[in-house]
Amino acid sequence: MITNIITWILQLIFVPIMAPLCVGITRKLKAKFQNRKGASIFQPYQDLQKLFGKDEIISKDASWIFRCAPYIVFTVTIVVGASIPLFASSINNTITSDLLVIVYTLAIGTFFLALAGIDTGSAFGGFGSSREMTMSALAEGGFIFSLLTMALISNSTNLFMISQNSLLLQGHFFLSTALAFCGFFIIVLAETARFPFDNPSTHLELTMIHEAMILEYSGKKLALMEWASANKLLIFIAIASNLFFPFGLAQDLSASAIILGIIVFTIKIGIFCLVIAILESSIAKFRFFRLPDLLIIAFILNVIAIILIY
Amino acid sequence: MMSTIIPQIIFFTVLSFFVIGGIGSLLFRKNDVLANRWSSFFAIFGSVIGLFFVALIIINGYDISFSLGTLVLPLFSVSFHIDKLSAFFIFIISLISLFCSVYAIGYVKHFYEKYNIGFLGFFYNMFILGMLLVVSSSNWLLFLIAWEVMSITSYFLVIYDRQDPQNVKAGFLYLIMTHVGTAFIVLAALLLYKFTDSFDFRVIQANSSLIPLSIKNIIFIFAIIGFGTKSGIIPFHIWLPDAHPAAPSHVSALMSGVMIKTGIYMMIRIFLYMIWPVPVWWGLALLILGSISSLMGVLYALTEHDIKRLLAYHSIENIGIILLGLGGALTFLSLNMPTPALLSLTAALFHTLNHATFKSLLFLSAGSIINQTHTRNMEEYGGLIKYMPYTALFFLVGSMAISALPPFNGFFSEWLTFQSLFQGIALLPLYEKLIFILAAGSLAFTGGLALACFVKAFGATFLARPRSAEISHAKESSFSLQVGMGGIALLCLLIGLYSGHIAIFLENIVKDLEVFKNTTSFMSVSGQSIVVEKGFGSVSSLLFFVFFVLVIALVIGVIKFVINRNQKIETGSTWDCGTDLAPRMEITATGFSRSIIMIFRGILRPSIQHDIEYHDAQSRYLPKSRTIIFGLHDVYQSYFYQPLYKMINAISSQTKKIQSGNTNAYILYIFIALIISLLFVLWR
Repeated sequence: MITNIITWILQLIFVPIMAPLCVGITRKLKAKFQNRKGASIFQPYQDLQKLFGKDEIISKDASWIFRCAPYIVFTVTIVVGASIPLFASSINNTITSDLLVIVYTLAIGTFFLALAGIDTGSAFGGFGSSREMTMSALAEGGFIFSLLTMALISNSTNLFMISQNSLLLQGHFFLSTALAFCGFFIIVLAETARFPFDNPSTHLELTMIHEAMILEYSGKKLALMEWASANKLLIFIAIASNLFFPFGLAQDLSASAIILGIIVFTIKIGIFCLVIAILESSIAKFRFFRLPDLLIIAFILNVIAIILIY
Repeated sequence: MMSTIIPQIIFFTVLSFFVIGGIGSLLFRKNDVLANRWSSFFAIFGSVIGLFFVALIIINGYDISFSLGTLVLPLFSVSFHIDKLSAFFIFIISLISLFCSVYAIGYVKHFYEKYNIGFLGFFYNMFILGMLLVVSSSNWLLFLIAWEVMSITSYFLVIYDRQDPQNVKAGFLYLIMTHVGTAFIVLAALLLYKFTDSFDFRVIQANSSLIPLSIKNIIFIFAIIGFGTKSGIIPFHIWLPDAHPAAPSHVSALMSGVMIKTGIYMMIRIFLYMIWPVPVWWGLALLILGSISSLMGVLYALTEHDIKRLLAYHSIENIGIILLGLGGALTFLSLNMPTPALLSLTAALFHTLNHATFKSLLFLSAGSIINQTHTRNMEEYGGLIKYMPYTALFFLVGSMAISALPPFNGFFSEWLTFQSLFQGIALLPLYEKLIFILAAGSLAFTGGLALACFVKAFGATFLARPRSAEISHAKESSFSLQVGMGGIALLCLLIGLYSGHIAIFLENIVKDLEVFKNTTSFMSVSGQSIVVEKGFGSVSSLLFFVFFVLVIALVIGVIKFVINRNQKIETGSTWDCGTDLAPRMEITATGFSRSIIMIFRGILRPSIQHDIEYHDAQSRYLPKSRTIIFGLHDVYQSYFYQPLYKMINAISSQTKKIQSGNTNAYILYIFIALIISLLFVLWR
């Protein structure tokens, strides 16, 4: 009972606690690639602390949508973070862990983020929203279908059930899993606003997507928005690592299994951060109208993956 | 005996309320206020008793039939048969009519002294009456009469605001299209009569084995064209985006929310009741039609900046989603898999109910906006959330529900539809599997595009700064409008929260159909969760909502009371790069969706037309004004309707050659025709 409660609390706070670290590691690795020393990997925590202490300025054109959006966007990432397999696959969550619930709950966040971008009446925010909605609309097909491929292999649309499955990388399922992972990886980059879809480290560039929407935020609300986007990165890394590479997850709720699960998961996060950092250091951002090609490729890879399941 | 008579009496009471409401408002047409109150009052009470009637039928499991033959016309009989399926559609009609009628009390006021309110009340009541008769009649002739009552009254409602020539034109297109549809329905009915010797639905069902397969296929095609025209399935949809915006908003809500569903009702009635069993390709054809309608509907919606046309295109999209459920059900059934078929049809009915609620909510909110701003063009809105906060909230609820965001109702019917399509992908052989993949893929993209479309609609309408002077005069709508909208908004949330129980309830309605007798169910409710196929998928809306609310309360609490150290919140102006911000600098509805349109330019075929007007036409140095017109090539017009029109015109002009105007020549024609028919008879 007590281990149960502790596991649940860990599951709930794991994503918000670890997410800034994940961003910090990626930045540090990118700095190394660029021959810079780079800030400490704990810098994102200090940034958040600084922002939480600052005064805010809110546009006089903004409505309650602008004021509420950071709370909703942040809450969405917490709810989703608690509903996906992180370090233990034995948690049995039949309430919010369905793949469609995850996809559409994340869509609530996108919806309010985009509305907040329009709300202040700035041209930057509006165009950021337009681009974000274009990307997320086209990413939806690949997103649902890559999770569906996994669901069909393991005969459940519940993400915890999928992560308990060990068939994924075996025999004739291997090819489907590999294709679905390729598709999903493209979606990860699109949804978390990384290269080649978006540049997470620029401001005021005409091509930016995510940063344009949160341009008018300051203080606590900006902190929440930044934190939420870090959470989203960790959520997608968690889905990618635990659904497609489901080893090392705690199969029961004993303390040793959970500690082992957390360690393995942290290593997986590190590997994914490294991959993203290598990718961001080696390729350029794509032109906006080239991006749909990538997203459609993600979708088609998954259609092939589904056909290959028999 | 008593128990069977009482529901019948109640049913006729419901009908008579609408008749009295209609005729009464016609009698009081000299007095606008009285006519409006009379018609709304009777429509409200008729709807309430209708809901009561449905509750009585479904709880007690009555199966009401009533038949009154006439001696003069042996084939015609006034026969009704209300089983659970009919009762479900009566429920939808009554539910939406109730809120629309409450809304009408305040909304109709702006027509006072401009048009005759008596006629509006008459047609409005008759329209609801027509829909009730359509879903309850069980004789083809009575059905066709009811169908025409529904179509004609809705035509008069479409052209009610007749000072705008656009509306009259839209009404004319609607009248033509609906009658083309009716013609095909009549043909289907006559074919059924030819092989079963009856116009009665139950007799046809009993004798359906007499119909050969080839004739069944023809009936299927006729039914798809006939009822598909009414439902707005692409490519028979061209009347819908014109006619729905033209009608007064509470009528648009009824037309979009309810009337187009009568086509779905009749498809279920014919395919799964009258002429069952059916071949596999019917279901697959419906899946393909549903995929096209849903995806194209939402893409066209994205191109619109007329708020009501945008909503009308979303009706096409949602009819597509309902068809995905229906097509899945037909496919599974014809492959002898009734268990997943049950799930599919439940999903289709659930989405029918949900679309009725959120689409009427959106149309009512749009009406509330148009009433204040006097324009349907979203480019002239902006910032309305500050002037009409309640309307904005209701529109937001509708937008979230239609974009399938949990915990609102749209999500759960789409979830069930997705689950049933997933079952198809998992269970079926390759050829059928591919079509299910297509359907699931188009549903996935439709969800994403609908979300983009409603960010655009809500953002352009309610957020940022006003783009025209009209907006700053806008005030929140009156109480009756708020009650009408708020009631449905609450319903959207409640249906979402109790979706598990409602899904089981709908499954019982589906099980009442003959083909689903003794089918084991895929779906179960444990606690508050809907569970599909022993844990293949499960979701609990109520617990999701509770979880979400708890987390958001926790987050706000931590931010406000733990982290907050009395930082100041100042109000400033939006960052403006050093220039004064004008309304023209905000993103517009057109600009918002432009990138998606450009990505899909292969299908949507956008067009740009530049025009420059010069001060001096000769020298052409100083431009006076420049205009750019963004448009779309209407592919249906140019590839389907125009060739059809040209062909009919060509045949007509050929026929004209024998029209000399000379009486003697006509007598000769009659004579030749007589000889030929005599020879034909002799030869037989």
